[in-house]
Amino acid sequence: MCRVVDLQQAVLARNEDAARELREALAARGTVAVNLLSSPGSGKTALLEAELLLAGRRGTAVAALTADLATENDALRLARSGAPVKQVLTDGLCHLEAATLARHLDGWLPEETRLLFVENVGNLVCPASYDLGESLRVALASVTEGEDKPLKYPTAFGLANLVVVTKADLAEAVDFDEQAFLTHVERVNPGVEVLFTSARTGQGVGLLLDRATAVLEGGAVHRPVMGVPSAGHHHGPPAAPHGPDQGHGHAHEHGHTHTHEHGHGHPHREPALPPAVS
Amino acid sequence: MHEMSIAMAVVDQVAQAAPEGAGRVESVLLQVGELAGVVPDSLHFCFELACSGTVLEGAELITEPVAARARCGACGTGWAVGMPPELACPGCGDGAATELLTGRELQIRSVRWADRPAYADQEG
Ligand SMILES: Nc1nc2c(ncn2[C@@H]2O[C@H](COP(=O)(O)OP(=O)(O)O)[C@@H](O)[C@H]2O)c(=O)[nH]1
Ligand SMILES: [Mg+2]
Ligand SMILES: [Zn+2]
Repeated sequence: MCRVVDLQQAVLARNEDAARELREALAARGTVAVNLLSSPGSGKTALLEAELLLAGRRGTAVAALTADLATENDALRLARSGAPVKQVLTDGLCHLEAATLARHLDGWLPEETRLLFVENVGNLVCPASYDLGESLRVALASVTEGEDKPLKYPTAFGLANLVVVTKADLAEAVDFDEQAFLTHVERVNPGVEVLFTSARTGQGVGLLLDRATAVLEGGAVHRPVMGVPSAGHHHGPPAAPHGPDQGHGHAHEHGHTHTHEHGHGHPHREPALPPAVS
Repeated sequence: MHEMSIAMAVVDQVAQAAPEGAGRVESVLLQVGELAGVVPDSLHFCFELACSGTVLEGAELITEPVAARARCGACGTGWAVGMPPELACPGCGDGAATELLTGRELQIRSVRWADRPAYADQEG
């Protein structure tokens, strides 16, 4: 004897609930999170260090959390910028999850922080599946990694709100085919903006900070085609969107008073209502 | 690999959903979209490990692939997205109005439970 029970549960539902809660909590205190995804060695830390330094000069309160399998080196590098930095060792886990991030922010994230940069574990597969409560997800690839990176890792690039090419100073040396790269990005994520940067020469440094600041100020964020809520996610509060596509188009959907309704990180200055967490 | 985390999430969710009087889990039916970012082979491997010592011990994981399909809101063309995905419309060439219809699923559909024997001492 046996019975079949219909479950219809999204496997990542728990993480998505945690991500939504975190996004709401951050929004309520006026903080926007930026999730940086790339292969190991793409230049996340180098670019982030430059952006944090610049934020300091511009007077934008930023903080960074960097996740690594084992070493604290990245935090030491980032801390040179003067911004508050926290290292998270994942002990071999290949990605961060929203609940883990929330735990690490608790009691650490300085109150005045407007932009929180999260350097995810260097990996383009696993972190792509986990919404961290960010309002801006950035996929990075260096010119040395080849033009077909977006095709090899379609979920990482397909779910990004912004794509950043790093180490542009090496483009010529490695014969980087910019047009091919752009075509590949467009194929998996039509309409997404691609920035070209070099932490070495300073090319494009500040653009990431500009984009993040725009989100903080309530600007619209690119909504990836792949960022649709997957089937069966509607177990939570009604019509709550999921995934890194959250927070898009709100500016023209409604006024600025119902930020909690959409469960996204509306980068609001005035405190939002406490989230009605289910 | 995050397939281990996913397998553990499946095991947790199934275990928590155990109906009254249920015994062991015989099988779990999981939908895996083409664009879910999960490798079914690796998921099967991890599932077996994640089940051990739980009510899912020995349970079979049945994965049901879901093809990725998209539709262009501008010209109405529908297409199989493929892998690597093509998300710009093959009809009008535009990607601005593309809507992904299926392919991101990672969803527990159903669970087959064995009934627990009414009297434990009648077992075996
Ligand atoms: N030429 C060049 N090298 C860079 C640049 N950014 C980073 N690198 C080098 O690439 C390596 C990996 O950089 P890192 O920031 O640690 O990458 P992460 O693993 O993504 O954080 C280091 O040796 C950096 O010095 C750049 O813009 N140009
Ligand atoms: Mg790093
Ligand atoms: Zn079309």
